[in-house]
Amino acid sequence: MSAPFSWIRPEPWGVHVVPADCWIDPGRAVDRALVTHGHADHARGGHGETVATPETLAIMELRYRTGAQDDAGEIPHKAVPVEYGETIRLGGGVDATYIPAGHVLGSAQILLEHAGERVVITGDYKRRPDPTCAPFEVTPCDIFITEATFGLPLFTHPPIADEMAKLLSALAEHPDQCVLVGAYALGKAQRVIAELRAAGHHQPIYLHGAMEKMCRLYEDHGVELGELRLVSDHAKDDMRGAIIIAPPSALNDRWSRRLPDPITAMASGWMRVRQRARQRGVELPLIISDHADWNELTDTIREVDPRETWITHGREEALLRWHELHQRKARALALVGREDEDE
Amino acid sequence: MKDFATLLDTLVYTSSRNRKLALIADYLRSTPDPDRGWALAALTGELDFPAVKSSTIRNLMKDRVDPVLWTLSRDFVGDTAETASLLWPAPDRTEDEPLSLSETVDLLAGLNRTTAPKELPHLLDRLDANGRFALIKLATGGMRIGISARLAKTAFAQAFDVAVEEVEEYWHALEAPYPDLFAWAADGTDPPDVSNTPRFRPFMLAHPLEDTVVHLDDYAAEWKWDGIRIQLVRVAGETRLYSRSGDDISATFPELLDVLPLDAVLDGELLVRGDVQGGETGGAASFNALQQRLGRKTVSKKMLAEAPAFVRLYDALIIEGEDQREKPWTQRRKALEALVERLPDSHFDISQIVEARDFDHLAQIREGARDDAIEGLMLKAKDSPYIAGRKVGLWYKWKRDPLLIDAVLMYAQRGSGKRSSFYSDYTFGCWDGDPDEGAELLPVGKAYSGFTDAELKKLDKLVRQTTLNRFGPVREVERTLVFEVAFDSVHTSKRHKSGLAMRFPRIHRIRWDKPVHEADRIESLRALIRD
Repeated sequence: MSAPFSWIRPEPWGVHVVPADCWIDPGRAVDRALVTHGHADHARGGHGETVATPETLAIMELRYRTGAQDDAGEIPHKAVPVEYGETIRLGGGVDATYIPAGHVLGSAQILLEHAGERVVITGDYKRRPDPTCAPFEVTPCDIFITEATFGLPLFTHPPIADEMAKLLSALAEHPDQCVLVGAYALGKAQRVIAELRAAGHHQPIYLHGAMEKMCRLYEDHGVELGELRLVSDHAKDDMRGAIIIAPPSALNDRWSRRLPDPITAMASGWMRVRQRARQRGVELPLIISDHADWNELTDTIREVDPRETWITHGREEALLRWHELHQRKARALALVGREDEDE
Repeated sequence: MKDFATLLDTLVYTSSRNRKLALIADYLRSTPDPDRGWALAALTGELDFPAVKSSTIRNLMKDRVDPVLWTLSRDFVGDTAETASLLWPAPDRTEDEPLSLSETVDLLAGLNRTTAPKELPHLLDRLDANGRFALIKLATGGMRIGISARLAKTAFAQAFDVAVEEVEEYWHALEAPYPDLFAWAADGTDPPDVSNTPRFRPFMLAHPLEDTVVHLDDYAAEWKWDGIRIQLVRVAGETRLYSRSGDDISATFPELLDVLPLDAVLDGELLVRGDVQGGETGGAASFNALQQRLGRKTVSKKMLAEAPAFVRLYDALIIEGEDQREKPWTQRRKALEALVERLPDSHFDISQIVEARDFDHLAQIREGARDDAIEGLMLKAKDSPYIAGRKVGLWYKWKRDPLLIDAVLMYAQRGSGKRSSFYSDYTFGCWDGDPDEGAELLPVGKAYSGFTDAELKKLDKLVRQTTLNRFGPVREVERTLVFEVAFDSVHTSKRHKSGLAMRFPRIHRIRWDKPVHEADRIESLRALIRD
């Protein structure tokens, strides 16, 4: 009998499931990868086989051609879909179950069970309602491997309705300008659009070219986004009084010169800190995050109530301290290359 | 308070100078007295509540938040006021309306060290995070939101369509919340009477010469002395000493307060005498010697005896009630030369004109200057009046070329404010012997300027990738990178292990190409000491 939990081993480039010889969210190409969601710091191309939800696989096909045929009609990087709630045998006596994480479309926590021991790897997650993805489900386990992107007590995300009201009032106050919202192309952009629709904004929303395919993919998966137009198809004057969504890297790029006097906004949890907004030249900070804030992180750990918490990435020092203060066991894994997608 | 908090918050997110001016001007026009006066005082840094310090806020927080979580949060945010405003445990609901800005100021002014920790929580409880940020900034002084006092005064002038020079003339004689100033600017009443107060007049400033070449028929050259620029003002027998920013520093240099025998406003360099560091007996000592005397509220007799201050005069703005500022420099200089004859030479001399045949000759003289109290040359247009601020083409400063060494990056620290997420403060070291024979690097200085934003990003990345150890906000890094460091001078110092301290070190070039063992040794740096 091996030592408890020796079958699961954190390495700098990912978590290794030893008896099944597969990896969770590996940072380099492996024979078999279990992927929690489609963001580039978790999902990458080149794996022999990728096990993920159908939505995540669709995103990975779009980005990395995972599961797609090559010119010879072969599928060099195989895709193995797993539905939410479905359990698959990985071999070596390890079972994996995919559970919604509430982060972006298709995002999952992965529950691993082996020899009566239960480990949950959250990937990235949040607890707030999000019209574009299935909500997080609390899953009891022995070891809870959590992110800590916003693992400082100063991060408390306000209700998204408040941020939408800020955005819409800026738009109303400056009808001759436009509001340019920086939002990550996968997840944040679609959530902002869906929340704008929910807030009663039914005008066309303009997109940077890099947003288009992912928005279409979301629509194909049943997420309603209303009328979307491409910036490149329209004249400057058409976009006065409109909202424009672009990846954060385009905010201060020459690309934005084609827009009518844009007010620069950014949708990110980092906008809670003034200097973060200033660094990016943001005039209208929108505190909107797809990650758990401090209270969501600590509430989730209380609810899951694991024997031990492992922290993958983010502000792990503060979350470790919280565990110490609450007499809970925790360790930091210091995985390589994980950061919030907004940075 | 809410409007003021909104103004601060909006200013933080506004980068355009014109937009900032417009925001402040709108606020000043639409806000009633005395709130707008207090806001103007806050923006110009004139408010001081001695009972509330940054440490008062820290202590309040440490009673409410775990100290480790507080420190981690503070390091991440880079600003105590903002961290506290975000971490303050607000009550679920409060019936109390926030106070107005002037009510808040009155309350803060009435606090002492005992009452402050009891009263501040009530004030904070009434506010949201933005309001708390504004309150803490207001109470602890030093807004640091990218608004200079000059910008706020310019906004005031713009709001009421008056001249900013005129505002600055009155400014130092008036006290917050400036009812007379608003009455004059907004309602057209008589300007405030400031004739009998020894007030500060804004300095005339110089542009760097850079590649400009001037003709010595039109420009006079003077040494630029390495002390502190001051203005000495005597009105109706009362003397005050002002620093370059207009701060009253009379108490720091009491020996200068009863030696001016007539009413005047004089512009000069404050230096200390001494032969210990750089100067001859009776001459000016190096800046290092002067530095021991700066920032003190009281001065010991020993200090007065060892490093007595004197003023090396550059210019005269007013002499015995006669305003000189409209006159050309040549005339003011004559008046100054005549005046200095009447002043005690124990405390005054005149900055000598540097005679040169032509510009090239002047360049040679500048190269040859070895006196440690000389920072470079000043070039002044002979026909120019004395004009507040920095007007192109009138005065130029031509600093001596800096000293350079190659040093190795050893530690990096996260910056403050706008740089709070970047490792932007670099400690660098030189070898204490032959690096090929096991010599070690000893830290010799710290720099946080001289690189572009793009270079900062690259440096930040390097620091994160080559971290060896973390100590709070500081990271020790692998020794891989050489900086060419520029600095004005180097002095002996007991504070550092290397025994050296540099003045104005800044990154001159980043030597991505240079191997670290080719960096300079401590001994080459020590050879540059001119104490």
